[in-house]
Amino acid sequence: MVANERTGDSSRVRNILRWAVQRRLTITFFLLGMVILLFIFIPLGKMIFSSSPATLWDTLLEGEVRSAIWLSIYTALIATAVGLVLGVPLAYFLARHSFPGKRLVEALIDVPIVVPHIAAGIALLFVFGKGFFVGSAFDAIGIDFVFAVPGIIIAMIFVSVPFLIDSAKQGFEKVDVRLEKVARTLGASPWQTFFRVSLPLARRSIAGGSVMMWARSISEFGAVLVLASHPKIAPILVYDRLEEYGLDYALPVATLLIIICIGIFVVLRTIAYRGERA
Amino acid sequence: MIEIKKLTVNLGDFLLDGIDLGVDKGEYFIILGPTGAGKTVLLEAIAGLHPIKMGEIWLDGREVTKLEPEKRGIGFVYQDYALFPHLTVKGNLLFGLKQRKWPKEERGRVMEWLAELLGITPLLERSTDTLSGGERQKVALARALSTSPQVLLLDEPLSALDPQHREGVQQELRQIHRRLKQTIIHVTHDFEEAIALGDRIAVLGAGHILQIGTPEEIFRQPNSEFVARFAMTRNIFTGEVRGGDGGPAIIAVGGTQFEVVSELRGRLHASLRPEDILVSREPLISSARNSLRGTITRIADRGATLYLTVSTPPDFVCLVTRRSFEELGLAEGGEVYVTFKASAVHIF
Repeated sequence: MVANERTGDSSRVRNILRWAVQRRLTITFFLLGMVILLFIFIPLGKMIFSSSPATLWDTLLEGEVRSAIWLSIYTALIATAVGLVLGVPLAYFLARHSFPGKRLVEALIDVPIVVPHIAAGIALLFVFGKGFFVGSAFDAIGIDFVFAVPGIIIAMIFVSVPFLIDSAKQGFEKVDVRLEKVARTLGASPWQTFFRVSLPLARRSIAGGSVMMWARSISEFGAVLVLASHPKIAPILVYDRLEEYGLDYALPVATLLIIICIGIFVVLRTIAYRGERA
Repeated sequence: MIEIKKLTVNLGDFLLDGIDLGVDKGEYFIILGPTGAGKTVLLEAIAGLHPIKMGEIWLDGREVTKLEPEKRGIGFVYQDYALFPHLTVKGNLLFGLKQRKWPKEERGRVMEWLAELLGITPLLERSTDTLSGGERQKVALARALSTSPQVLLLDEPLSALDPQHREGVQQELRQIHRRLKQTIIHVTHDFEEAIALGDRIAVLGAGHILQIGTPEEIFRQPNSEFVARFAMTRNIFTGEVRGGDGGPAIIAVGGTQFEVVSELRGRLHASLRPEDILVSREPLISSARNSLRGTITRIADRGATLYLTVSTPPDFVCLVTRRSFEELGLAEGGEVYVTFKASAVHIF
């Protein structure tokens, strides 16, 4: 009896061991994955739970905080809208045509992702400042970029539009060209074909890219700091408070920003990927 | 009706060179060629979907060479149907109709009529990814017909279908052609499809039109290796298929008739492979349903094997090994029996 139990135990142990050996890749990857997940979640969670709800509420009632958050949200939205109007046509063009130097163009589009954003801000300052013809031309029609809302928007566009273009391009590449050809034989003009076939079929990639662009815009700091550190978008307000009053004052604003961003991000992602199968 | 003059299309590795074709109004025209002959591109060029290097395309006496595809009045069905995945079956059928400035009810009527014609009315609300291959093909056909095209171009319309659906869609094509007097250009690599459907066939190979003629002409006097090789490997008959009295189906070819296995009835074609025919000096007692007496009229020596033409009539080409040929003592003019199973005959 006792002997039997022991052999039962040892065979169970052997089974578990065999199971572990057979799945050693899965187990290893699971453990490594857990490390990176915790690395992402713990700081965010700690931050959210280190401010009391009362403090957060008080912070939200501050006019300066609210206007900074609101400014961040709507400038990021305008940046994304501009990105859609100008980026989607380019994405479609790149998905449908091949030409010498296409690789180079595609690489250039991604450059804003790799350059330090402070440097990107300085580059924009050179072009959109009044010392250069682009800046002075806009100045002539009354649009200022330096220390102004348009400056925030172009800084956001510059650093985040690659996400939208890349995603939209991949979306258009997945649309079978023959669907567009069939649409033509059914009497649709190139414009109608684009709006009735290509665009609806790429809509998820475009929506996903827009969410990415919006999220990247709202989190932008470096380029905006150089070009338009005033009016203050939320990340700049957090930075200012950290510099002037220290961590205790910066923390609630930062927490609010994270909570609001996560909330909007989740909502937008849900809308963008609605109906998509897992 | 549709005339193609000296059409030249660059395909990268080779050219479709100096294609001349004339298709009459209401004709079912087949372009037959091996895979990779540029058949799809030829159709796309006709529809204006692929740039051409040289040549002219005339439709009903009007030159359309430089016209945009949407203004040509040419319908197109791709091999894998290319249904719009973001639209329902109904949405697909209405796509072309919406381009017309018709009242909404009128569009709906045409859409319903098309659905009726192709027997897809129950599918109208379905999403296209829930359809079987045969259903997709019917939707694609209905959609292409929705604009009342002067010519309907079909790119391998049957090749992506499994055999059961193929027969159904083939019937559908015949019906559309007859009922609507629709001019059709259909490209395929499949001989039986070409013979079954084509009023005339053009054989495309190596970038050129090699031969144009009726199925009979193409098949009896092939001038391309591609066709000749196929013609060697099939006995093709045309005849009337009817149900036997409570028994199996029977095809009557000229004065001779034999049993076949098929649900199809009417004037059809039958094919039989030479290697599926047994040749004997005496009538055979076997499970094979067909045994016919005939005379050897021709012997083609291929070394280890020989092709015998046995006239019953009609002529059956039979494959025998040299060994059998010698052991049976066969010779031209000799009387033999040809025996084959009813199930070895393919009706199409």
